[in-house]
Amino acid sequence: MAELTYREALNEALAEEMDRDDSVFILGEEVAEYDGAYKVSKGLLERFGDKRVVDTPISELGFTGLGVGAAMVGLRPVVEFMTFNFSILALDQVINSAAKMLHMSNGEIGVPMVFRGPTGAALQLGAQHSQACETWYAHAPGVKLVTPATPADAKGLLKAAIRDNDPVAVMEGELLYNVKGEVPDDDDFIVPLGVADRKREGDDVSIITHGRMVHVALQAAGQLAKEGIEADVLDLRSLRPLDVDAILETVARTNRAVYVEDGFPYVGIGAQIVSILMEEAFDDLDAPVLRVTQADIPMPYNKKLEAWTKPSAGRVVEACKKVLYAD
Amino acid sequence: MTEPKTAARKATNGSPELDGFSKDQLLHILREMLLYRRFEEKAEEGYAIGKIGGFCHLHIGQEATAAGCILPLRKDDYVITAYRDHTQALAKGLSADAVMAELYGKAAGSSGGMGGSMHIFGADMGFMGGHGIVGGQTGLALGMAWAIHYRGGDQVCMCFMGDAAVNQGMFHESMNMAAIWDLPVIYVVENNAYGMGTKFSRVSDTDMVTKASSHGIPATVVDGQDVIATLMAFDKIVTDVRAGAGPHFVDLQCYRFKGHSMSDPVSGTYRSKEEVDDRTENADPIKILRDQLFAAGLFNQEELEAMDEEVRKVVAAADEFAEAAPDPDPAGLYDHVYSEINPHGRLFFDGRDR
Repeated sequence: MAELTYREALNEALAEEMDRDDSVFILGEEVAEYDGAYKVSKGLLERFGDKRVVDTPISELGFTGLGVGAAMVGLRPVVEFMTFNFSILALDQVINSAAKMLHMSNGEIGVPMVFRGPTGAALQLGAQHSQACETWYAHAPGVKLVTPATPADAKGLLKAAIRDNDPVAVMEGELLYNVKGEVPDDDDFIVPLGVADRKREGDDVSIITHGRMVHVALQAAGQLAKEGIEADVLDLRSLRPLDVDAILETVARTNRAVYVEDGFPYVGIGAQIVSILMEEAFDDLDAPVLRVTQADIPMPYNKKLEAWTKPSAGRVVEACKKVLYAD
Repeated sequence: MTEPKTAARKATNGSPELDGFSKDQLLHILREMLLYRRFEEKAEEGYAIGKIGGFCHLHIGQEATAAGCILPLRKDDYVITAYRDHTQALAKGLSADAVMAELYGKAAGSSGGMGGSMHIFGADMGFMGGHGIVGGQTGLALGMAWAIHYRGGDQVCMCFMGDAAVNQGMFHESMNMAAIWDLPVIYVVENNAYGMGTKFSRVSDTDMVTKASSHGIPATVVDGQDVIATLMAFDKIVTDVRAGAGPHFVDLQCYRFKGHSMSDPVSGTYRSKEEVDDRTENADPIKILRDQLFAAGLFNQEELEAMDEEVRKVVAAADEFAEAAPDPDPAGLYDHVYSEINPHGRLFFDGRDR
């Protein structure tokens, strides 16, 4: 075990997988000479050369298409989006090409590739740079999607994603890159896709969440504990495949659930989780499931207004008390 | 598939247009084009009686573009194209049976009935698909060319698109990256003058080859109704790109004799019957080569009829094969959404039994 930042953990994952497999290469804006806009690819150009760490023009659609095409003939591209906001320009290639290729070709042509970069709101970046993009990716059959919240999960999930034979989006938290944590040293350490992680144990209420919101949920759980309420915090880690068993298990134990996400509520990830709970855990529920989400508006710039729109520990505490009928 | 012509050319006939091709090569090219024509006519028939569904875009009139561009390629070269893809698949080596069965949506089809007319695939022949979003395939071609460069191979990637695709951002992003990295990709515009019903001159203030100039990519204009001219041009382009010349752009001027798709009449609101009749009469690629062969004394009417009868049999057999083939089993519907079902978690959320 070593203590690494989330950023260093991602960097280690890339370096180890590039060492292990010559077909892995990285491309995106500023990934090489600039060391990555968020320094995730720091030092990799020097180590692996410019054929494997490729600076692209600002052409999200084009370089994503390049990645898909290269994957169609057996390479394993890791496409970095400077942020997933910019990947909206590339969604045609994600949804119409990467996600559908294997099916349209009846299994002949697979697309083993990774899309990675930060998602979600940072601080005062305004509407176009502050949004969670999970729903757009999770919605498309053919795509897998993971959202690491800790350095260990960042490393393990990125390595699993690179080794996976399907297109996998790895959505990182823009505000998590400096978070530190213990990370296993083992070159073959991976976190399998589709396995949720119980980040805190409690029997009173389930807070189910993913990505950066795991930290908000844990903060809320700490506040609730002071009032004698013990929350179970389930970090989904992977949104597709989704660890439905773990979701059902926590709700069977607490009989109450709150979903926390920094995406928009309408047709959001939480909406899907609520649907699953209605269909498969109805008899376990003692209260309606609530969601704490980003406000249903584009992100404002003003600091106070921005804070108001985001899910906060306070709002999570409030929602938990509601499902416990504790107020 | 024929071998590349450069080495194989022999001056075996007296016609200057045909100089450099052996009689066997010329007859092979004619037979290919005749096969494409009869195949598309059969598809048209199948569509008319409801055996083929969805969108169906025929290549009738543009047979020389498939033969002239693709026959000079090797099996391990890649071809990728848009949705007018049946004959290009045949040219790259897919069987008429597999392509026709795909149009019928059958399990024996080249995409197992999952793709249909617009999504013919034959990865083992280097045919990397028909793609449905205009211009989308230009980025995929870029990636395949990147992979060739990455591995240090000497293949080329040939990417077809219609004339409308050059107005997509993806086309220009791809051309730019192909140029900066000198990738072995040939972007071929099958310029039939109309993007669906919109004449190219209405949606572009510059002519076609100018599209390549801002990217520094060399461009060639080729008469795509003349298969020999097309073959000779592509023989050189493929050889150069294979040798490391970097990307190339081709304005391959052609004409479609049928509507944009089966739901579009041959002529009408956007092009006149006179125009279509004139081109059909005077610019039919099969007639052009036939006349050249007749004039050179290499082929006669009787031989042509025998050839036609033979390809009609191939197409009729493909139609019978497609008709008789079983539908895909619904039990396999989820098999290729993902290449592997991870041992953990749920991938599908429709609640259906599988």
